[in-house]
Amino acid sequence: MKFNTRRATALVALTLAASTALTACGGGDGGSGDSAETITFLPKNLGNPYFDASSTGGENAVEAFGGTFEEVGPTNATPDAQVPFINTAAQQGVGALVISANDPTALGDALEEARDAGVKVVTFDSDVDAEYRDLFVNQATAEGIAEAQVDLVAEQIGGEGEVAILSAAANATNQNAWIDLMEEYAASEYPDIDIVETVYGDDDDQTSFDKTAALLQSHPDLKGIISPTTVGIAAAARYLSTSQYKGQVALTGLGTPNQMREYLEDGTVTAFALWNPEELGYLAAYAAHALVEGDITGEEGDTFEAGDLGEYTVGANGEVVLGEPTVFTVDNVGDFDF
Amino acid sequence: MSASTPTRGTAPVGLSKGEARTYASYARPAWQRWLLTRETAVILLLAVVFAWATSSVPNFDGPLTLYYLFLDLMPILLIALPMTLVIITGEIDLSVASTVVLTSAVTGLLTIDAGWGFGQAALVAIAVGALCGLFNGFLVGYVGLPSLAVTIGTLALYRGIAVGLLGTEAKTGFPEEWTDRVKERIGETSYPQVLVVFGVLAVVFVLLLHFSGFGRGVYEIGLNDEAARFSGVDVARTKLLLFVLAGAVSGLAGVYYTLRYDLARGDAANGLELQVIAAVLLGGVSIFGGRGALHGVVAGVLLIGVISSAMRLQGETENVTTIVIGLLLIASVVTPSFLSWVSGRLPAGVKGAFSRSRRT
Repeated sequence: MKFNTRRATALVALTLAASTALTACGGGDGGSGDSAETITFLPKNLGNPYFDASSTGGENAVEAFGGTFEEVGPTNATPDAQVPFINTAAQQGVGALVISANDPTALGDALEEARDAGVKVVTFDSDVDAEYRDLFVNQATAEGIAEAQVDLVAEQIGGEGEVAILSAAANATNQNAWIDLMEEYAASEYPDIDIVETVYGDDDDQTSFDKTAALLQSHPDLKGIISPTTVGIAAAARYLSTSQYKGQVALTGLGTPNQMREYLEDGTVTAFALWNPEELGYLAAYAAHALVEGDITGEEGDTFEAGDLGEYTVGANGEVVLGEPTVFTVDNVGDFDF
Repeated sequence: MSASTPTRGTAPVGLSKGEARTYASYARPAWQRWLLTRETAVILLLAVVFAWATSSVPNFDGPLTLYYLFLDLMPILLIALPMTLVIITGEIDLSVASTVVLTSAVTGLLTIDAGWGFGQAALVAIAVGALCGLFNGFLVGYVGLPSLAVTIGTLALYRGIAVGLLGTEAKTGFPEEWTDRVKERIGETSYPQVLVVFGVLAVVFVLLLHFSGFGRGVYEIGLNDEAARFSGVDVARTKLLLFVLAGAVSGLAGVYYTLRYDLARGDAANGLELQVIAAVLLGGVSIFGGRGALHGVVAGVLLIGVISSAMRLQGETENVTTIVIGLLLIASVVTPSFLSWVSGRLPAGVKGAFSRSRRT
């Protein structure tokens, strides 16, 4: 009896090992095709809904122009985990690598080697230093992000009243740049809007929740809150949805549809903004295609067609801007899943 | 199973069946002792997988494959050397990846923030690694705590210190003469120059483990540390020294890591300790201690590297690679018992050839 069990275990193990080896052998067709132009997407990490959306956009674009789409990536969003995938793209000599970088400089050498091997490098969502890539497809300019949020809050409070800002960390570079631009823009376009205070929730759910409560206490006449961070806006919405201020104090900012869906549906929030990652991936794939085809080189002023999105022009520093952020309301939120 | 007469040498009377088999296996011909081992099996498997990848994985035969393979594997190759010795004593060191990150952080802070020369910063980093190992080794060797518990603790501790030192910031912009140096090739070949450093260290560790009294002590501790103590092996000191070596080599790997990625970051080298341990076990080292050899371990590291590289080139996700390596690891543990079962059913002449694995 005992011998039989041992024998069975050993046989099962051997079969497993053998089948693994065979499966690995059979996988030869998974490689990159040499005939069609291969566009490889390398997001910050796999299994991230934001990048699932951008890769869907990329795949749609690659299908539209008849190339081969591949998505590879690490499970952890770190630069050292991205490097082997950049190396692999260089070994394969793919047409273009479309990457959201986990670090602006650490990937530089690997990207340079890939470009030496003839791979076009397009960054999207998160850039590397300009010398290491051919193009950067930017989701939105800082001005675009700032103006969209001020316009949204102005519309929701009727163009006048007290507004506060709930930001992330006090030293977050991009947040602070947006806040400066928001203040400038509000002062020039909406003189009746008064930005009374900026508080920091440190991109922590509980801290942001508490800061929202404190804001409403200390400014009884507050008409609106702008939270230019996805953590902050969700926490603020959670607070508002169960408080007496629900529907009274407007809330807008940058949020993801999945986090904010219930607050749109229960009327706590009427509209907020974020760029559309699917369009971002779509545009990045077309930009890569234009580079591979030699239609553009990444010089300022180059123009290319991006399928359904129309024509785009390369700006300074090899940057292409997707455009205005997408505004999400209860009417369109059902179309998005990220 | 009927009792059998060993082919060479006759077992003294009064031995149990198992003892008799052990006796017989040590008396088998040299070619059997040297060739029919787990190490040989791993090397053969490596050759087969390499041949398969070269012939059927697109671009695997390209000029960059070996170059990147060795660059990627270097931290694992380096740390696997002392890890082999640690595991042969029956201990384990789970804190090596955290030591890599901590020493990388130290290198970053000293070079980028304090403006030290990179060479001095690297030496300090290696010393910090050795200190990390000293702490592990003291708790394991002299306090007598189980290494699994100790190094799970220091795994968190060392990475915690690294993250505390760096914050969420990454240090980049290390001197180019150094970052270029680790990537330079040997002449026109596909081999990076860092392989020379590994080669030198490998020779040192081979001499230490396989050709010195210290090495015999390492095996003895793994087989039976009580017996080793009574036969004059300083068990505590040996373990301390091995952990210090593991720490120092991890420090060296940390310096390499910093240069290879031009980066010191709190979340780097994620899961490196498990990759190292997997490679060591795959290379034929017993997790219970007492057996294993460095050539098998090097083959084990290379096997994992070739599989990862080939599967990446095929566009497989990391998860699939992890599953394959996991199954391979299980197979490598199960195969010896399977072989010993087979050998129990073989004719007497061949019997014993597979049954015992090489000990020293």
